[in-house]
Amino acid sequence: MTDLNSLRYTEEHEWVAVDGTTATVGITDYAADKLGDVVFVELPAVGTAVTANAVVGEIESTKSVGELYAPLDGTIVEVNDAVVDDPSLVNSAPFESGWLVKIEVAEGAADALLDRDAYVAITEG
Amino acid sequence: MTSVQQAPRYTPLRERHEALGAAFTDFGGWQMPVRYTSDLAEHHAVREAAGLFDISHMAEFEITGAGAATYLDYALAGRLSALAEGKAKYSLLLTERGGIVDDVIVYRLQEDAFLIISNAGNRDAVRAALTERATGFDVTVADVSDDYALLAVQGPRAEEIASAVEGITEVSIPWAEQKYYAWASARYHGEPLFIARTGYTGEDGFELLVRSADAPALWDAVLAAGEPHGIVPAGLAARDTLRLEAGMPLYGHELSLETAPAQAGLGRVVVADKASFVGKDAPALAADARMLIGLAAEGRRAGRAGYPVVIDDGTIVGEITSGALSPTLGHPIAMAFVDPAVSDGATPLFLDVRGTRIPAVVTDLPFYRRKK
Repeated sequence: MTDLNSLRYTEEHEWVAVDGTTATVGITDYAADKLGDVVFVELPAVGTAVTANAVVGEIESTKSVGELYAPLDGTIVEVNDAVVDDPSLVNSAPFESGWLVKIEVAEGAADALLDRDAYVAITEG
Repeated sequence: MTSVQQAPRYTPLRERHEALGAAFTDFGGWQMPVRYTSDLAEHHAVREAAGLFDISHMAEFEITGAGAATYLDYALAGRLSALAEGKAKYSLLLTERGGIVDDVIVYRLQEDAFLIISNAGNRDAVRAALTERATGFDVTVADVSDDYALLAVQGPRAEEIASAVEGITEVSIPWAEQKYYAWASARYHGEPLFIARTGYTGEDGFELLVRSADAPALWDAVLAAGEPHGIVPAGLAARDTLRLEAGMPLYGHELSLETAPAQAGLGRVVVADKASFVGKDAPALAADARMLIGLAAEGRRAGRAGYPVVIDDGTIVGEITSGALSPTLGHPIAMAFVDPAVSDGATPLFLDVRGTRIPAVVTDLPFYRRKK
């Protein structure tokens, strides 16, 4: 299991795991629960330049449509084709096999994002 | 219209829903369970086994008196005087101009007594219309919504489950012999229980009207009886995808004060040759009035309520009223109001899904029909 305290978060309910200059991005279990059963995921193409807080993808559930925001400036270096084929991974394993994209980012760029305590405070607000 | 912020209302089953871990959503001022575990699992359970819904937010009215039948012929769009005792009928409450105040199910309890079940969000409007229209008739209109809770057991295993519920006695018609769109009476631990073989999912099933105080025990008893048959509690999310597959209109989406029955494919519900009824003198439907159609698309990306329907050159020719990726069929489905010129399917149509055009074909409703 992923150590949730090791992740960074956004107010848009994305999580970010940083390994050097590669940021793996997904949506949190809180967001997945709010959406309901995810049935369709659209992700950006590898090589796409993305800007923090801009919409880069869509996550649809049976009931609603969610947008995926880029948490950081950078370039998409990998997308999770498994979750495109089986969107239910977003619900069943949001922090593991339900990850969405990997973004090449600047060193230390994620430091400004929320830590676990700050994120949990938002969801309980 | 004034908008008054009222405290959210809960049904008598609130504690049961909370104990089951339900997520709640506002529906017509009520806090209702939207899902317990998974929309899709609950949807599939209803198609394959059974689901149990709390629909206690819906409103109930008792219409009694020697003039009840003639009154309903006047107040509603159908000919309720022709409804046999023990039977039920889908009907509409129209405005003078032919718009829809609500869609209701009417049960004939006795010669001079009827039960009407209406939508939760329209309770006040229905009560006001029914009361106003009672003038001059020998009839009493009683809003009994607060006295009762309503549970729906829906799915192919519903009969096996309902007939096994502990505490239900004196069933007036054996479960297997109860007909669709009919009702039976019974007792639940000695108290009155009304059993209607009606529903809103496209499946076989029963709606159980019980005194509010008895609802939690009945809820538990139905789940216990259904456990070996695969019953699950099911929320409003599943209810919505189920009713959409079944092509059933939802007030506020397919039906409104501005919608004429014929536009929504409900022209047959209006018995125009009655001597007098509210809505009889409604203006004829304009030739260009938008008509409700079914649309099916490929892929997984669904059109949603409010999205435009367009033709090849981008001209908007309609609007989606309900849409989802059909859990049962595996492809997107939608109901939409479109210009009559494109409603026959001869013109290629597209769903405008946030700027992406998805080809869609006109499809007969319902999208899904249960096997008999």
